Amino acid sequence: MRRTFEFELPNPPTQNVNTDLGTMDLVRRSASTVPPPARQLTEVAKLIDISKCIGCKACEAACIEWNDTRPKIGTNIGVYDNPPDLTPDMFTVMRFSEWVNPKTENLEWLIRKDGCMHCAEPGCLEACPAPGAIVQYSNGIVDFVHENCIGCGYCIKGCPFNIPRISAVDHTAYKCTLCSDRVAVGQGPACAKACPTHAIIFGTKEEMTRHAEERIKDLKSRGFENAGLYDPPGVGGTHVMYVLQHADLPEIYAGLPSNPRISPIVDIWKGVTKYAGFIAMGAFATIGVAHHLLTGPNKVSREDEENAKHLVEGERT
Amino acid sequence: MTAYDLEPGDEVHPGDPVTVDRYTTGARINHWITATCLVLLAISGLSMFHPALFFLSGLFGGGQITRWIHPWIGVVLFFSFLGLFIRFWRANLWRIEDGTWLAKLRDVLSAHEERVPEVGKYNAGQKAVFWLMSILIITLIASGLISWDQYFGAFTSVEVKRIAILVHALASIIIICVWIVHVYAAIWVRGSIHAMTSGQVTGGWAWRHHRKWLKELVGK
Repeated sequence: MRRTFEFELPNPPTQNVNTDLGTMDLVRRSASTVPPPARQLTEVAKLIDISKCIGCKACEAACIEWNDTRPKIGTNIGVYDNPPDLTPDMFTVMRFSEWVNPKTENLEWLIRKDGCMHCAEPGCLEACPAPGAIVQYSNGIVDFVHENCIGCGYCIKGCPFNIPRISAVDHTAYKCTLCSDRVAVGQGPACAKACPTHAIIFGTKEEMTRHAEERIKDLKSRGFENAGLYDPPGVGGTHVMYVLQHADLPEIYAGLPSNPRISPIVDIWKGVTKYAGFIAMGAFATIGVAHHLLTGPNKVSREDEENAKHLVEGERT
Repeated sequence: MTAYDLEPGDEVHPGDPVTVDRYTTGARINHWITATCLVLLAISGLSMFHPALFFLSGLFGGGQITRWIHPWIGVVLFFSFLGLFIRFWRANLWRIEDGTWLAKLRDVLSAHEERVPEVGKYNAGQKAVFWLMSILIITLIASGLISWDQYFGAFTSVEVKRIAILVHALASIIIICVWIVHVYAAIWVRGSIHAMTSGQVTGGWAWRHHRKWLKELVGK
């Protein structure tokens, strides 16, 4: 009998498909507030085990297929990365890094599936000025709502991972949805479903963390002494996590930030600037009104007119 | 007499009251195009600055339209203001008496202009507004172009864009405050708005607020 993998995703239901993820599950909504949700969904997570990835790009293909993004055929730029970067039509790309381990002098091929990390404290959402264009569900998924998006690109500035991309076609921002539409019907993300080596798995955040611990123990037993889980606390943890062979050096994985956080510039812009700005503008307007009430209008007097008349006539006559 | 602050078109007409041409038709059109742009920019910009003001984007037909129209209005304002700058910069050069005027700001604000030095075409307050507007508009167009992702997104890094958008927000706040000062001064000093609508002031207005300018005009 075939041994089934613990986190094998179920096949799609064909009947009685009920969406169980909606606006009632929002915990955050950009540029607006939401009432606390009545229920708390179990936090979900996608775990990407880089040590298991073979770089086949089945996840990219599955992502394109499920999201029906149909990117144009690209050109080979001389490396395996194809396309070379995320685009409004590519919510995930494999980034290939060649790294010589200084201890073993082995060449290690590090392949990181890049895409939205679904931060617990999302910088995109903090930066977004359009009410309801970015939402966060209680299960941890951060999603873009395109009909509310104004295409300003503030989410790009807020994101510590440089993920969102603005479409030149409809001028709205796109990124990985963690397949929220599939998760809503009890499925997992398309990439996880397609991954042939189970390098991408999906489940509750707790299960994924526990599974990662086993994987890390295994990697350590095989000489990767710094193996670890990437679940950066600077953004409150993420709902896409990596198992890294070298968790002490996240940057070697195509620039994965070692301590991602919302940029302090964004915090100033979206925090103190907003309040200080209103106070400053209000103060100037108030001083103006108060001054007018106290001094009254500065009117030209009859005497001024006479003086002017004398001056002009004096010169002209 | 070559007075630095007499501008082309400035003319005194004897009569009762005396009238003085202060702003040419071209200058007035130029001013009001700039003013309209500045107000539209402030409204559209504020709608993207604070969620409480997002509803203002409705005046432009929604968030998407606000997002694309804001930078284009900015371009119009930049060139329109450039016209004002070319017209007015010479008469706004800082003079020694401007320091004295500023030092006696208390007398100015309490409407005791007889205690302050006679002023040319522009007083130190107007000059401050002029130069602040100039510096801020350059800051805003530069930071605005960096933030204009649709056309210039590819030229700068995300970190540069973050700095640019913060600078843009801060400069916007300051320019709105400068604008409040400008508009309030025009309201408080009666006759000023008329100068920018009809182009003319009365002799008494010029005598009271810009006596040096009036004397230079008369002696021209």
